[in-house]
Amino acid sequence: MSVPFAKLPAWADYGLIPLINLAVAFLVAGLVVLLVGENPLRAAVILIDGALGRGQAIAYTLYYATSFIFTGLAVAVAFHCGLFNIGGEGQAYVGGLGVALVCLAFDSVFPWWLTFPLAIAGSALLGAAWAFIPAYLQARRGSHIVITTIMFNFIAASLMVYLLVNVLKPASSQAPQTRTFLEGGQLPKLNWLLEAFGFSVRSAPLNVSFLLALLAAFLVWVLIWRTRLGYEIRTRGHSPKAARYAGVGESRIIIVTMLISGALAGMMALNPVMGDQNRLAIDFVTGAGFVGIAVALMGRSHPAGIVPAAILFGILYQGGAELAFEMPGISRDMIVIIQGLVILFAGALEHMFRPALQALFASFGSRSVAAEAKQRGGA
Amino acid sequence: MDFFNTLVFLFDSTIRLSVPLLLAALAGLYSERSGIFDIGLEGKMLAGAFAAGSAAAVTGSAWAGLAAAVVVAVFLALVHGFASITHRGNQIVSGVAINFIAAGSTIILGQAWFAQGGRTPLLGDEARFGAIEFPFAQALSGVPLIGPIYSGLLSGHSLIAYIAFLLVPFTWWVLFRTRFGLRLRAVGENPAAVDTAGISVAWLRYRAVICTGILTGLAGTYLALAQNAGFVKDMTAGRGYIALAALIFAKWRPVPVMLACLLFGFLDAFSIRVQGTALPLIGQLPVQFMQALPYILTVILLAGFIGKAEPPRAGGIPYVKER
Repeated sequence: MSVPFAKLPAWADYGLIPLINLAVAFLVAGLVVLLVGENPLRAAVILIDGALGRGQAIAYTLYYATSFIFTGLAVAVAFHCGLFNIGGEGQAYVGGLGVALVCLAFDSVFPWWLTFPLAIAGSALLGAAWAFIPAYLQARRGSHIVITTIMFNFIAASLMVYLLVNVLKPASSQAPQTRTFLEGGQLPKLNWLLEAFGFSVRSAPLNVSFLLALLAAFLVWVLIWRTRLGYEIRTRGHSPKAARYAGVGESRIIIVTMLISGALAGMMALNPVMGDQNRLAIDFVTGAGFVGIAVALMGRSHPAGIVPAAILFGILYQGGAELAFEMPGISRDMIVIIQGLVILFAGALEHMFRPALQALFASFGSRSVAAEAKQRGGA
Repeated sequence: MDFFNTLVFLFDSTIRLSVPLLLAALAGLYSERSGIFDIGLEGKMLAGAFAAGSAAAVTGSAWAGLAAAVVVAVFLALVHGFASITHRGNQIVSGVAINFIAAGSTIILGQAWFAQGGRTPLLGDEARFGAIEFPFAQALSGVPLIGPIYSGLLSGHSLIAYIAFLLVPFTWWVLFRTRFGLRLRAVGENPAAVDTAGISVAWLRYRAVICTGILTGLAGTYLALAQNAGFVKDMTAGRGYIALAALIFAKWRPVPVMLACLLFGFLDAFSIRVQGTALPLIGQLPVQFMQALPYILTVILLAGFIGKAEPPRAGGIPYVKER
């Protein structure tokens, strides 16, 4: 601990360290593959080919990535305010209710491009509403938001099962899901986009909500780095004391941030509910809310990092499905392990390799780094 | 009399259902009292259950299963400690990571080793922790009032269940009557003071997370080798989080922890019992409402409407020696 926090060049800080962390996570995942008795290199080849090898596969990869961009942004916005929103899963689940209600009400009246904005508003509204109570409790009563959002995930799951089984299910049906939406409640596919690049796509669920996700990423960047509200959010995140001193209303900023975060998580529901399944079913979120945590940590809470991180997890999801076909020992649950390892190494152990890297830079690298390191170390 | 028997039956399943909660909540108590938040109880319990199920299936011995569960859970606890004590990482993030790693790897390894869709082979009685009959339980079962309570309610649980309830006074004694306990509580409130007294903060916290590992291993063993006959995929089913809720509900104190776990166990047993039947005054309650009730109660408590839950002051904050 002689050089605790010497400065690294920016490219090492923002590029090299995340890459090393990611590489270690995949290395450990490779060990698990070995333990199962398969060849990790062959597994990697199958995975990448299964996710990017054909137009069809790419479309699926981007479809999964769409959900992860939304949930990743949701976690990231909260991170900027120093809040940990583990409730993305529940907020997205309840957001699906907003999508379904809008679609069920208007799908026979409106074309999709009129239903879509309403569905966006519905999903965002209900996602935000589900985040509001934990936010309010954190802001006004000081209850820990991590615990309350976890509890709200479970409450959301129970609530949605209740609503689907007892309220939303058509009387004629057995399965706990809504009726299938008509044309006006179905988002158009985006396969033409890939076909324009010369790929052939037979049928894939990639839909216009992908474009909405990209737009949301841009808007989050604008919000966080180009607006007054974003500045206040970041100030609260860096130092609640400084924010208070600067006159930022603490409970207001907590609640507003969580509403934005919940709305982003809720909008994730557009992709599977309106873009693919065209009905609201039980457990349609399938862990995307939790993947958002890994995506946000990997992308360092910056939209420019979150989009590629989301695509990487899209690759893992789609490639993992292909891998399960080829290697019977490996199912899609492999992704859950990788997700956990990424969260561990890119999140909790984020700084593990920093001292070693700093020492390396100090001995080989530019003299200024070494000098600064020495100066800090001696202080 | 019929009502009385139903009540005994209900309390009996309450005890069964609250044992894993109690073990996990006590596990969390050690860690969180030392200032290390642990939302990875769920993952450690799950990994412990899987290790217990696999080892018992391979060796045919329940004790080997227990040992494997404790080793695996302690290993994961040490990973959490390594991240949050040595590297001062975010404790919540680390706990989330451990939950995912456990959820994924138990399924993958289970499928690869036993090829039964993620579950371990069904165990015979010799590889499980069976029921312990109290002396004269058979003879006394006919006696009114005492009989059902003694032989129906108190007797006939597994060894781990009795250990779990004995651990409550033991934990109280450790925390409030030993030097280790005093230091453990101090390090969770004010680590700098402990450090100034010349006691290693890191080593104390590592010992605390090891205790957490041992107890979550026990909780997992109970699930796989006492409540069930083998590991079933995702068998913890959120119990780690309910245990966490119980811990907060009990304001990080051992005896209230037991009461909270019994309450949540009772809610669970009650919801199974009344499923589909209408209650007087209230009418038929949706199953989903009963399932969500522990979480709703915890949120209400956290909101400060049933007394305030004050966590250990240094909880969640990595200790930095040099300032």
